[in-house]
Amino acid sequence: MNASLSKLVGGKDGLVGLAVLAAIIFIVLPLGVDIFRLNLVGKYLTYAFVAVSLVLLWGNGGILSLGQGIFFGLGGYGMAMFMKLEASDPITTKIQTTPGIPDFMDWNQITSLPWFWEPFKSLPLTILIILTIPALFAYLIGFAMFKRRVGGVYFAIITQAIALILSILIVGQQGFTGGVNGITDLKTVWGWDTRNDSAKYILYYLNGFLLFGAILLSKYVLNSKFGMLLLAMRDKEERVRFSGYDVSNFKIFIFCLAAMISAVGGAMFTLQVGFMSPSFVGIVPSIEMVIFCAVGGRASLIGAVYGTLFVNFGKTFFSESYPELWLFIMGGLFIAVVMFFPDGLAGVWAKYSHKLNFFKKKSSLTTATAVIDSTKNETVKKTVNEIDVTNIEGVKA
Amino acid sequence: MSNTDFVLAIEDLTVSFDGFKAVDNLTMYIDKNELRVVIGPNGAGKTTVLDLICGKTKSTNGSIKFMNKELTKLSEHEIVREGVGRKFQTPSIYENLSVYQNLEVSYPKGRSVWGSLFFKHTAEVKEQVLKIAEEIMLTSFLDMEAALLSHGQKQWLEIGMLLMQDPQLLMLDEPVAGMSAKERDQTAELLNKISNNRSVLVIEHDMEFVKKIAHKVTVLHQGKILAEGPMDQVQEDEKVIEVYLGH
Repeated sequence: MNASLSKLVGGKDGLVGLAVLAAIIFIVLPLGVDIFRLNLVGKYLTYAFVAVSLVLLWGNGGILSLGQGIFFGLGGYGMAMFMKLEASDPITTKIQTTPGIPDFMDWNQITSLPWFWEPFKSLPLTILIILTIPALFAYLIGFAMFKRRVGGVYFAIITQAIALILSILIVGQQGFTGGVNGITDLKTVWGWDTRNDSAKYILYYLNGFLLFGAILLSKYVLNSKFGMLLLAMRDKEERVRFSGYDVSNFKIFIFCLAAMISAVGGAMFTLQVGFMSPSFVGIVPSIEMVIFCAVGGRASLIGAVYGTLFVNFGKTFFSESYPELWLFIMGGLFIAVVMFFPDGLAGVWAKYSHKLNFFKKKSSLTTATAVIDSTKNETVKKTVNEIDVTNIEGVKA
Repeated sequence: MSNTDFVLAIEDLTVSFDGFKAVDNLTMYIDKNELRVVIGPNGAGKTTVLDLICGKTKSTNGSIKFMNKELTKLSEHEIVREGVGRKFQTPSIYENLSVYQNLEVSYPKGRSVWGSLFFKHTAEVKEQVLKIAEEIMLTSFLDMEAALLSHGQKQWLEIGMLLMQDPQLLMLDEPVAGMSAKERDQTAELLNKISNNRSVLVIEHDMEFVKKIAHKVTVLHQGKILAEGPMDQVQEDEKVIEVYLGH
């Protein structure tokens, strides 16, 4: 492995972490659970995109966005609009007053396709929009706020307000957006049926690969000087500014990147679940995603993925068995994480694996002492010390 | 205002906070390679002057020219890029980065978003980090997390972070506050070395320390200059003794 690649994955430890996660996502889960459950995991993993984006933004940059649902939603709606148009061909919709437009438009007495739906007739354009519009929206929000040095709690509240406004707007403009029901009955992409089992497997793997792409991209960013500056800004923003950096540009960039990653997750959500609704845009999903990130460990990219899976498995399990308890458990979990495990699962793992190392080190020391006791020989003692040193170094590395 | 040979030319500088003039019609010049110390009682406007020069506070009136370039219209990072470095009163370092990283992150290349994404840790950067680390006496602490340094070492690290940028004007706000006697001596030596090829502006209360480093002293009082000149001369000044030294 060459140096830059090694740096990208974060050395030996980073590689092991990525390999274990890859094995779980690409091998263990597909083999271990049926397609219904796997599709559910796929859905959770789309939230993991948002959790990963929050690791960049919040865990490393110290910028808490309580509105990542905005970008997840924009990505999801983009894909849903494309699929809805494909599902609304004139033949299928011939019983409508205006055939060829989405059913909910017809119900709302709209007689022609609104202009902003036009680009979604094309898949390449749709993908382009999913990648650019959320980032552009983030740029506008970021520019307006970071250039004025709005940050911290104020930023969190404003992003939350924007998430709320967007969800209200979607619900209110039923004729253009499908309203509170969202955009449903999505069937195909370029004629390819996304609802059968083989399509679900393919989409699950596509989602997994894109998630790994997002993690690797994020790792690259965090390992660059940019990543170091993010940590520096989180700690002493003034010092960074007075070292000749335009701090706001760095914040805007990371906010845009986080938006783009979240939007890809949203688009993958629509593809796998088959609908999109305002309930994935507003305040509640935005905060849930922050909880996924916090439980996983807000500074750990891989931890965020585990956190998302862990909380969602818990959610599914408890809401199947004790539906009324789930919200309390979720609240309790968040409090517990904040109070006892500020670094989340990743922090617990770091502590635990450190202990493993400690035991290894201790046992090698005991053996060494035993050898010395049995021989009382200076030369052997010296050799043992040397072995011991290499052992400890091995453990450290 | 015409061009001058001074590194820093402050003329008629005024800043007023709700009518209170923290700095009042201040005029002051700093020469090339000069080490100037600004002293004065609390609330005299010393820190405000540094804030004005580095752009943290915007002036109400007057001009600040650095190598004949007007600074009052520039934003903070642009002023830094012109070659003005500023150390804060409380040590302001990145506690969760190592000493090496603290210095490296201050290297004046890769200052834009894209530049920082594709910044290469070249041998040149490493060389500069090691050179500065030696100057600030932290060579053996390069891998240590900056949070674990002593208070004095943190002050040195921040000075080192500024030296990484090789500024033409270095401004230090109470650099020896909280330092031991030995550390003060070492800092004095460091500052004397630093000012060989750049101008340094220091705010300080410790008169013993000021005597060791100052080429020239400016005494501020209520936003105005009370006296200016060599240390011995300023110390004899009646007005200075009354408002400041006499206490």
